[in-house]
Amino acid sequence: MISRNAATSTPISALPPEPERLHSLRRDEAQRAAPALPVSAPPSSPFPWSPDDPALRHIRTDANPLLPRLLARLRTTPGVFGRFSSLPFVLLMLFGFVMPLLCVVWFGLMPSKTFSLLQWPTLENYRTIFGQTYYKSILWSVGLAMLTVAILLVVCYPLAFALAKVFRGGATFITYAIASSLFVSENVRLFGWVIGFMKNGVVGGTLARLGLPIDSLLYNVPVIVLGMVYVYLPFMLFPLALGVKMVPDQVREAAFDLGASRWQVFRKIDLPLSMPGVLIGSLLVFVLSIGAITEAKILGGQKVVTIAADIETEFTYGQNWPLGSALSTLLILLTTVLVFFALGRFDLEKFLGKKPREN
Amino acid sequence: MIVSRTQKAGFSLYAGLILLLFYFPLFCIVVASLSKKRYFAFPYPAEDLTLKWYDAAVRSPQVAEFVGISLKIAALTTVCSLVIGFFAALAYARYAWRGRKTFQRLVLLPLFFPQSVLGLALLMWFNFLDITPSWWTAVISHTVWIAPITTLIMSIQAYGLDDSLEEAARDMGATRGQILRMITLPLLAPGMVSAACFAILLSWGNFALSLYTTGPDSALPEWLYARMTSGYQPIVPAVGAISVLGAIVLVVALFGIIHWTTRKNRRAAAR
Repeated sequence: MISRNAATSTPISALPPEPERLHSLRRDEAQRAAPALPVSAPPSSPFPWSPDDPALRHIRTDANPLLPRLLARLRTTPGVFGRFSSLPFVLLMLFGFVMPLLCVVWFGLMPSKTFSLLQWPTLENYRTIFGQTYYKSILWSVGLAMLTVAILLVVCYPLAFALAKVFRGGATFITYAIASSLFVSENVRLFGWVIGFMKNGVVGGTLARLGLPIDSLLYNVPVIVLGMVYVYLPFMLFPLALGVKMVPDQVREAAFDLGASRWQVFRKIDLPLSMPGVLIGSLLVFVLSIGAITEAKILGGQKVVTIAADIETEFTYGQNWPLGSALSTLLILLTTVLVFFALGRFDLEKFLGKKPREN
Repeated sequence: MIVSRTQKAGFSLYAGLILLLFYFPLFCIVVASLSKKRYFAFPYPAEDLTLKWYDAAVRSPQVAEFVGISLKIAALTTVCSLVIGFFAALAYARYAWRGRKTFQRLVLLPLFFPQSVLGLALLMWFNFLDITPSWWTAVISHTVWIAPITTLIMSIQAYGLDDSLEEAARDMGATRGQILRMITLPLLAPGMVSAACFAILLSWGNFALSLYTTGPDSALPEWLYARMTSGYQPIVPAVGAISVLGAIVLVVALFGIIHWTTRKNRRAAAR
């Protein structure tokens, strides 16, 4: 353990130039940097420069010892493995995420009702958005999303606490029971609420049998919020449970021993220490629900037009791609700013696993 | 933590209530799919119970086609996101390199992003590149969203891997191949299995991305959505109920696999 720390934190040149020690340090580092996992491991070397690479033949021809040295150098350079194994993912993100988003932003600057990207940029679409009633749908979306986050925080915190601290075997069962719902299409689950709440549905029918006939419970704002709370519950619950798990029991007990009330312990200890979970859960739910289409459509029956629905309309019936792109750009801007602001504030690695290996 | 019995009972009651509410819509779907009537009305007599909609769903060539497309997308997405995610997880959790912090942010970005907007953006990007959308462009869009998830799942597993096990094996003279085969791989296998399950199921159930990127091919959730918004048929809840059952079976299998492998590891460690 000690030797490893020395190898990482002290630059090799700073050590006394003792040839043996230098050698052993290098080897140690090489071992550390070597892959611990199958695919990137030799013999199928992950390096683009294999000894048989024709492009490097000129180096090898005169039995130049440069190549083995080069390879050894590469192997001991920290970071080579990391960079190579991140490459496929980075390429995927460039092609499937960054470029499409740039495409949307650029399209938002095109004159309205065009389908080509090769025209002079204008701000016409943004004037349309703020001049007409489109900003209303943005406000609706933000409001609904904030309400969903608030309700979910209140509903999920006790359950997350129970999962992390109270239950033992039951916690696994509940986790699986809730996680399995993630795999059923959102539409199907929302449709379940429709069947439950429509006129003569499961709830209405039961109440009618009991002598309390009611009309359909669908197509209003509370039902939309219910649908969103329902669909995004797992996305709040699991980060929260992870966050609550991070609160050490000893700290809570110490506070109780010192005479803190339950509320004080919650305010001063539980909440601040589980903040990463609260933050991640809220962020996830907010972002997901701001882009939600189906809740408002299936349960709300067009009572409320959200921004995502507006965007969809512009792309389908409206045939106004630039306007839809401008609306999307606003949404992208909103979420990106939020995510960067929130994620920049704490150490994600501490949350997910343990501390990073290098200090 | 020490919890009194009443507190524990209270928490249990709360959890039970939430689970009950959580499964209420799924229960409704099953109830609706078993009703013989074309138009659903709740308390229906027992003689109206029927399985004929399930029969119709299984026989319908239309449903079979959509299921086929969905399965094709899910299978390919799973393979792609497992391979990409595996390497990305190594970069995420096992290696030290300079761009790592930025890379970790990048991994999260697609998750913290409205899916409908991502789907649209991809549609426009494909349009710009003159690619006609079909089921395989949907594979790309699903992979963009699912690869970060598989990466995170495998990274968690890789984080949880105790370095000292590998170090101990090395100290005892194991070769690198032996360490890999007997220690690293078995310890990481559950992570790969659960990542694969997540990938299949999330791709299977995805709607927002498929809506924009499948083009003329339609995935099952799109068909269900179209049927729900226009013209109800009891075959819709029947298909829904079948997919619920499928998901439950897969999750139970996943649970079994994880349980089994951890027990085996523990037993191997005890020996």
